[in-house]
Amino acid sequence: MSTDAILEIENIELVYNRSVQVLKGLSLTVPRGQVVTLLGSNGAGKSSTLKAVSRLLFLENGDLTAGRIRFDGMDTKGQSPHALVRRGLFHVMEGRRVFEDLTVEENLTAATFATTGRAEKRPNGFDAVYEYFPRLHERRKALAGYLSGGEQQMLAIGRALVADPKLILLDEPSLGLSPQLVEEIFTIIGKISRQTGVSMLLVEQNAAVAFAVAQYGYIMESGRIQLDGPTDRLLADQDVREFYLGTGGDRERSYRDIKHYKRRKRWLS
Amino acid sequence: MSEWLFFLEVTLAGLGSGALLALTALAYVLIYKATRVVNLAVGEMLMLGAYLFFAFAAGWGLSAWIAIPLAIIGGGLVGGIVERGLIRPMLGESAISVFMVTVGLGSVIVGLVELVWGTDPRALPAFIDTSPLFLGEAYVSRKIAVAFVTAAIVIGLFLILFRFWRGGVALRATATDQAAAYSCGINVPGVYSAAWVIGGATAAGAGLLLGAIGGISPVMGVFGLSALVVVIVGGLDSVLGALIGGLALGMIQSWTSTYVGGEYTNVVTFGIMIFALMLRPYGLFGTHEIERL
Repeated sequence: MSTDAILEIENIELVYNRSVQVLKGLSLTVPRGQVVTLLGSNGAGKSSTLKAVSRLLFLENGDLTAGRIRFDGMDTKGQSPHALVRRGLFHVMEGRRVFEDLTVEENLTAATFATTGRAEKRPNGFDAVYEYFPRLHERRKALAGYLSGGEQQMLAIGRALVADPKLILLDEPSLGLSPQLVEEIFTIIGKISRQTGVSMLLVEQNAAVAFAVAQYGYIMESGRIQLDGPTDRLLADQDVREFYLGTGGDRERSYRDIKHYKRRKRWLS
Repeated sequence: MSEWLFFLEVTLAGLGSGALLALTALAYVLIYKATRVVNLAVGEMLMLGAYLFFAFAAGWGLSAWIAIPLAIIGGGLVGGIVERGLIRPMLGESAISVFMVTVGLGSVIVGLVELVWGTDPRALPAFIDTSPLFLGEAYVSRKIAVAFVTAAIVIGLFLILFRFWRGGVALRATATDQAAAYSCGINVPGVYSAAWVIGGATAAGAGLLLGAIGGISPVMGVFGLSALVVVIVGGLDSVLGALIGGLALGMIQSWTSTYVGGEYTNVVTFGIMIFALMLRPYGLFGTHEIERL
């Protein structure tokens, strides 16, 4: 493994409630400063992977039974979730999870706890967030629960910006948003990545937008990585094109092509 | 004596006991705000605080000005121990199980206090001057005035803290969404402990004020039930609701017992609670959960 990785996951196995095994030896690496995407169908274990990294899975009775996760050169075993956040690992959870009873500004204030105990701090407050998301500035006094879905997603990403992390785990930012909003959000995600140089691990179902911002991609299936490579190579892969991007399925094929059929079934199930 | 002066005096006395109700309600609110636990043992923690003061002041013969902070710190310690020992292991269990744990805890505290200090009511060593106080022409018991001022200062302090201090945001964030609070770098177990420690200290403080006015006994925790009515009416997560609800209920109780009869106080108190719950189930000032459709 390269020493220049911000995140290294080696062969982790994850079990919920001591009975349901979700991850079966998953490995992946996020190089410093890059955006890596993790794709897969429902229930493949993408969100669980992120929770294993941020160690939020113990809230859901999950347990890592094997393998190792290194963040910024440090083994995360035994670390508490908030300690990891303060070291620069920020998890933007699936479903946005904004504090609905708090205002937009208070939501951002909550994220300032992430910079507790850091030597150097950016003094600018929330200006950077409002620069990326002017709409949040307009609604800064509004209760987060009354924001639209898109604005809530912006707020969730805004909290990550306030935390000034080294690595952002982004769990399905496109969930429940209109195609236009998805594009808007991903344009900004790309911009944040280019301008701040923060590394990202992006979990998505919408492969087209994920490939647009990521440099490297992993495709997982029932708890394991099935395929990985630079995004331009994955984009050229015939199966990826057909099953994830919905293009290139025009070639002639017979149903005797069992291997292909099985793969399709697994990916689309 | 004119009717109006008498009414004024009754009202002032009501405001005094109302301030104590508000202070006790604050203990419920602090703990509920952070941990979403309705701690039914607040009344008993209050009673224990009063007994701690009794032990320090009467038992060890310490001066009241040392015994008061010691009793408050002791109350905070009890809160912290309860959180670490009973509440944190119950994390993730259903709300009703945690609720029942606090009910049990209340009975255990009563039992322990009876074992150590017996069941007889006692008077606390006096630490407030007994000379009467006059507001214009109206007579006010000095103890009640002191209780009112103390409670008002403490609650005012908390109102300001929650408005301007970052920790207030952490508390509310933790209550809204534990996992998301963790993900923002908030020390969630720390917030839990802090809420219980401060809640326990507040209850102990209310206990020794209450004990100074009416004496102490192992059953004085019943006062906590009236305060529970306050938080249910005012909103379980609202400091302002605790203040206004406490003062209002204090006056209403005082009026009822004077003009209608002491035996009607509880009928009126809990009648108010039932009506309030029917009209506004989340309390007058409580947060109405935002549901997105």
